[in-house]
Amino acid sequence: MFAYIVRRLLYAIPILLGTTFILFVIFNIVPGDPALQLAGKHATVESLATIRAELGLDKPWYLQYFDLLKQLLSFDFGRSYATKMKITDMIREGAGTSFSLTFPVFIMSTIISLVIGVVIAIKRGSLVDKTIVTLSVAAQSVSILVYILAGQYVLAYQWGWFPISGFDPSWVDRWQYFMLPWLIYLCLAVAPELRFYRTIILDELYQDYVRTARSKGLGTKTIMLKHVLKNAMIPILTNLVISIPFLILGALLLESYFQIPGLGDLIIKAIANSDRPVIISVTVLGTAAYIVFNLLSDIMYALVDPRVQLK
Amino acid sequence: MKFLANKVNGNSLWSDALRRLLRDNLAFWSFITIALYLIIAVLVRFNLIGSEWQETIGSSRAAPTFNGSYLEWFGLDIFGRSVLTKTLQGTYTAMYVGFVSSLIAIPIGVVMGALAGYFGGWIDDLITWFYTTLSNIPEILMLVAIAIALGKGIDTVCVALGVTSWVGLARLIRAEFMKHKNREYVAAAQALGSSHARRIFKHIFPNVLHIVIIGFSLRFVVAIKSEVVLTYLGLGAEIGERASWGIMISDASGELVQGVWWGLVSATMGMFPIVLAFSLFSDAFRDAVDPKLRT
Repeated sequence: MFAYIVRRLLYAIPILLGTTFILFVIFNIVPGDPALQLAGKHATVESLATIRAELGLDKPWYLQYFDLLKQLLSFDFGRSYATKMKITDMIREGAGTSFSLTFPVFIMSTIISLVIGVVIAIKRGSLVDKTIVTLSVAAQSVSILVYILAGQYVLAYQWGWFPISGFDPSWVDRWQYFMLPWLIYLCLAVAPELRFYRTIILDELYQDYVRTARSKGLGTKTIMLKHVLKNAMIPILTNLVISIPFLILGALLLESYFQIPGLGDLIIKAIANSDRPVIISVTVLGTAAYIVFNLLSDIMYALVDPRVQLK
Repeated sequence: MKFLANKVNGNSLWSDALRRLLRDNLAFWSFITIALYLIIAVLVRFNLIGSEWQETIGSSRAAPTFNGSYLEWFGLDIFGRSVLTKTLQGTYTAMYVGFVSSLIAIPIGVVMGALAGYFGGWIDDLITWFYTTLSNIPEILMLVAIAIALGKGIDTVCVALGVTSWVGLARLIRAEFMKHKNREYVAAAQALGSSHARRIFKHIFPNVLHIVIIGFSLRFVVAIKSEVVLTYLGLGAEIGERASWGIMISDASGELVQGVWWGLVSATMGMFPIVLAFSLFSDAFRDAVDPKLRT
């Protein structure tokens, strides 16, 4: 077990180096000189040189890459071009907001889709199963933006059920602004998730141990709860853990449309302002978070299922 | 379409799969829908329909009407252009993005997966490391990064989608090649003196072709939906470059408040059937060619 964890940890290092290097290369072929952009209209040769030296742009590429790694490890990304604020603070604030938006609805959507997924898996091939599966494929065939626009226009603007957009920094009052984004998130998330859970449960339902349990005379409820769900928990939990970085990253488009100042909104604004350091740091950090949670899910997998280490 | 199914002879995997697909009504109509969209896209490409999409034909944001010419059926946009022709142009753009991004992603995925699965050893380690690395960058961030590096435009969308979406296919192909490389027919081919390349492409590849076809079909679903999101982020087609469903939907965010709903509805009605058809067709095709699901 210990050896497996160490091996898995060591394997994360080349992955982290690889991802940061790919992002570094991509961001360094961006057209346009960041120093020119920063210096503004009245740039002189001297001021350009000073800015280049400050940003470390005059160094050879491998030292610049090294700087990026140093920034990532020390969690210090300098300041934004657009707001002049410290990027670390911007990210910390944004991540908290995003998480408070996505986490509760993530739990809700998981419970709803898991329940529906289990029920239609048991009733496989029935009218209910076919209807729900077809409906969820249909629901996924509409663009995310259409859900947001239609929800905002009809439910908030025309019927006035929800505020159209906005945000309240206090933890108590922000929920009213979250109601509509949550509703839309549920519409978006439940459809693919319930199909995922249905597939996982179906994979288990035809295993030998289920037949054994049935021939012992156990009822459907006992088999589902004590046998099938327990086994299905492994892929389900893995999937949940991998989703966490995306929760921190926020529902990019929801935040942008509803003007919720989370990490997703931060990166969309950064794209609009060509705010290079913000884009780079959010991308690099998001990737690092993804690697860490991937690692966690692998380790968890090995803890629950001893067979994994044999591979 | 049972009468067509009964005309298919033979017992090979493909004739069997074709027979199953023809018996499945949902799959049949999905296929018809896809064919219809392809025909529209080709007609638009050669300017046979929808070529007048940039012409002003009436007042700004005129509502849909069935009294005038067919161009006004779906209403007019802010510049008084026909929304109907824009939707048709959008069909071409969507198919173009799907097709070009697949043409980039599929060869990369197949070659990478085949090499890793067939040769194993350090080649496998290297390729697995490479695609694990790529897949560890959250997709939306990767798309943004590439789109920023290459600049705006519809071809950027294609490249960004192409280079981010081959990993899933490569994984599947690799697993299949690992299974197949030790089979007797491959050993027989080796005994007859065939080279590695011949064994990979002539002998094993036809046996994994169904995965490639499903991958191709699913790429379209991803591509069409991603084009809309990337356009909203300001990384899609440039204004005036060409009409797209993404641009129409992004424009709607300002128009809806003024009661202009036809742009959004037209783009959605254009997009919904084709995305649905590709999803359903992929599922049906998978069921038709997967012998394990047969009872």
